[in-house]
Amino acid sequence: MTDYSYYPGCSLEATAIEFNDSVLAVFEALQVGLHELDDWNCCGASSAHSMSHALSLALPARNLAIAQKAGRDVVMPCAACFNRHKTTDHVMRNDPEQRAGLEKMIGFEFTGTVGVRPLLDVVGNEIGLERIRAMVKRPLTGLKVVGYYGCLLVRPPEITQFENPDNPQLMNRLLETLGADARPWSYATDCCGGGLSLTKSSVAMKLVTRLADRAREAGADAIVTSCPLCQLNLEMRQPKTSPKMPIFYFTELMGLAFGLEKAGGWWSKHLIDPQPLLRQLPV
Amino acid sequence: MLDTTFTTQINLLSSQTIQLCYHCHKCTAGCPVAEDMEFGPDRVLRLVQLGEKERLLASHDIWLCAGCETCGTRCPNEIDIAQVMDALRQIAIAEGVRPAEPYAEKFHKVFMGVVRYMGRMHEASMLGAYKLWSMDLLSDMDSAPVMLLKGKVPLLPHLLKGRGEVRRIFEETSNVKRET
Ligand code: SF4
Ligand code: SF4
Repeated sequence: MTDYSYYPGCSLEATAIEFNDSVLAVFEALQVGLHELDDWNCCGASSAHSMSHALSLALPARNLAIAQKAGRDVVMPCAACFNRHKTTDHVMRNDPEQRAGLEKMIGFEFTGTVGVRPLLDVVGNEIGLERIRAMVKRPLTGLKVVGYYGCLLVRPPEITQFENPDNPQLMNRLLETLGADARPWSYATDCCGGGLSLTKSSVAMKLVTRLADRAREAGADAIVTSCPLCQLNLEMRQPKTSPKMPIFYFTELMGLAFGLEKAGGWWSKHLIDPQPLLRQLPV
Repeated sequence: MLDTTFTTQINLLSSQTIQLCYHCHKCTAGCPVAEDMEFGPDRVLRLVQLGEKERLLASHDIWLCAGCETCGTRCPNEIDIAQVMDALRQIAIAEGVRPAEPYAEKFHKVFMGVVRYMGRMHEASMLGAYKLWSMDLLSDMDSAPVMLLKGKVPLLPHLLKGRGEVRRIFEETSNVKRET
């Protein structure tokens, strides 16, 4: 199995530390090597493009140059980081004039030989569900969940080149592979308002409340994400009035189903403790 | 005669053709924050077409857009409205327009200030600076102290070896205008 370059992104060093830990543990168990990019920088998230279009392309371009030198496809767990890097990659491949400017600024020649890949894509399509099924020691039977993508993994589709933004399937198929009861729902790619979580919390709260309500209606007891910004917002902005629904990273559930010992250390990092829910599961 | 200077500027900055919008309202129908906006995405485009620069730069809408790309994905004319919102923000910041949503504007500035200096986001520094500025120590930021206590946000920043390169990227891009 090929190794990959790894771009954790800033959130995974801090608020999403359990995402990082679970990614590394799961890849180690699957024996797929992840090599962190040397001296990577912040992609600028949703702030750079609010201030300067050129900056929003140039910050990821420096990382693409580092990844190109490393010579492996680069895996990105954070949906926002993936979106920003994939946008720059798209410009590099399709706009010779802007590419020339970026190449000059960063000091490299873009060859297009390494791909920018979302983590879920590599897990589901490269490693593959069959290999994952073979690793499951403790099926998550009885765990009722909905898979949640958010915006930036799938939109705009001509840039992300991943799953259909209207009806993505991979996350639920992965969750079923782990033995969980993945409920169908229509809100997997509705916006949670993560970008407004710290600046307009009333709007973020409205969107999060709606998503949590829809998840409950679908019969789920938890939401599974693949984005650290969504995860934090979904935990932080659920209303205090109703019982709070735990929010998992899909890699945490992989680690749990694989029976990894490390999984026990992730739950205490959550703002909404998932342990009461996990304790109800038949082991 | 309609003054098209502003429309042209937005077209250039956003790489979109605003004139293509025929106001079918599909974008606004699917916009998650439209009900909290003053205009909503399709009327924002109408105002761009009409050259209503001041009203737009002073509007809440340009800061409330969550950048979810739902509108651009659905627009029959393939107008990427999030890019238009970005262009409006960029002009508002460049021209020092007083933002209708000061928290949002400040957040982006503080965020990019940390990245410019350190090369990566350091959430403890960012939250500290943002909280001090907003003087909103408990309500909106209620969960931040909990996170620090949980030992998730490292108190000391990681400084990049390539900090100088990152700073140079900031300098070289500060005045670059987007080509068509
Ligand atoms: S969906 Fe497109 S054409 Fe329709 S109103 Fe919105 S921007 Fe205009
Ligand atoms: S990108 Fe902005 S304007 Fe478009 S649907 Fe999302 S929030 Fe609304």
